[in-house]
Amino acid sequence: MTDEDEFSAYQSLAEETEDHRWAFGTGFTDPLAGIDTSVPDGVDAGALAAYCLMLGDDALVYSHRLQQWMTHMPELEEETALANIALDLLGQARMLLARAGRADGTGRDEDQLAFFRSEGEFRNVRLVEPPDGDFAELVGRLLVFSAWRLALFTRLAGSEGLAGPAGVAGSRDPVLAAIAAKGAKELAYHRDYAAQWVIRLGDGTPLSHHRMQAALAAIWPLTGELFETHAVERALPGVAADPAELRAEVDAVLGTVLAAATLDRPQAASLARVAGRSGRDGVHTEAFGYLLAELQSVARAHPDATW
Amino acid sequence: MVTAARAGNKHGLDPVSAAREIAGAVPDPELPMLTVADLGILRDVSAEEGCLVVTITPTYSGCPALREIALDVRRRLGQAGYVDVAVRTALAPAWSSDWITAEGRRKLLAAGIAPPTSQGPARRSPGPVPLTLTAAPRTPVACPLCGSADTAQTAAFGATACKALYRCQRCHEPFEHVKDI
Repeated sequence: MTDEDEFSAYQSLAEETEDHRWAFGTGFTDPLAGIDTSVPDGVDAGALAAYCLMLGDDALVYSHRLQQWMTHMPELEEETALANIALDLLGQARMLLARAGRADGTGRDEDQLAFFRSEGEFRNVRLVEPPDGDFAELVGRLLVFSAWRLALFTRLAGSEGLAGPAGVAGSRDPVLAAIAAKGAKELAYHRDYAAQWVIRLGDGTPLSHHRMQAALAAIWPLTGELFETHAVERALPGVAADPAELRAEVDAVLGTVLAAATLDRPQAASLARVAGRSGRDGVHTEAFGYLLAELQSVARAHPDATW
Repeated sequence: MVTAARAGNKHGLDPVSAAREIAGAVPDPELPMLTVADLGILRDVSAEEGCLVVTITPTYSGCPALREIALDVRRRLGQAGYVDVAVRTALAPAWSSDWITAEGRRKLLAAGIAPPTSQGPARRSPGPVPLTLTAAPRTPVACPLCGSADTAQTAAFGATACKALYRCQRCHEPFEHVKDI
């Protein structure tokens, strides 16, 4: 073995002495290691933690849904695309959950938050919960989700973060602003990928057009919740972005894509809230429980496992 | 940093500069022909109260290579006599493919991977991020094998987060392109 081999990352992967496989129970590095995670003056730490949990849960749950499509995509190129998108979202989730665990004072790490919370403790929007019935639903939901999250992240990033619109201050929490600036670059790619597929299917054959239109109809009732302002967001002026303000930008993007795809915007009422509560309050759809069971089963069966 | 100082002197450099050279020479696990210095992900090396602090930044949020890079940095510095080393992550400013050095671009090309275009990522004008509704790249990517500008993107995502797939229309070879972000 040469000196070079001894140093290589591949060598370190094969070593028995370090617990660093990327999976639950490996003591994977804190994604915010060495970053100043103190809460800025005048910011409600509890609300900041709840907000990071909302945005982190959106990405975690949706990443898992996308991963379920692995080996089912129509072509190898689409497999790699989806794996990349799911990985980007998982990376965003890891940083946001780590931020939440630091800010709320409990010191819970990303694994504890991802694997040891029950259904009612998750704060994701319901859009990310149902399984995709077909490929049209997959790209339709990815378009809505990434257009919405990109609009949100550009506001959190602000103009300092390169990705943000000029003259916008961005989040007063510098950690959140940095996570958003990084994520916005990724989300722009996700949105363009989804938009191109929606156009290809919508403006394709009569069958693909019909199925794309049906997919939008299935997704649409879940989109209203994306633009509802939550009490947590009201408690964080200058830190959180108000989702109600994202509607015009997201509508414009979806309008452009749907027009190019020769698709009609569905006219569908929003999925009802339950006793005034929805995903952001911990009230989820039936599909979510099954998803979470799969996501958490290994960690729950072996809570102290390391390997 | 007594041992560290000795390590530095071997190279005729001060300990921090010597450490920067050692850390910068760590190869990227996914693009092993490039070092972390070539990629622009080594952001800073400094001394803080006797501790050597190495700051790195991820290319993409979910980049699994960062952990391996941090381990490699620590290992190499440890072998050079730096005992007290902290590896930190910086998130802001977000990594840009513009930070890949000229040497890094040359190495990518030599390995058959098209480097980011010299124009870099599209400059943002104020307002929402513009949509790209066709798969055509904003700026043509030259084939790393025959140099032809007549190439087409076959997939916007590749085997790693930082790359897209292309095909040359002249020599018909498929190749990877490090995305402009």
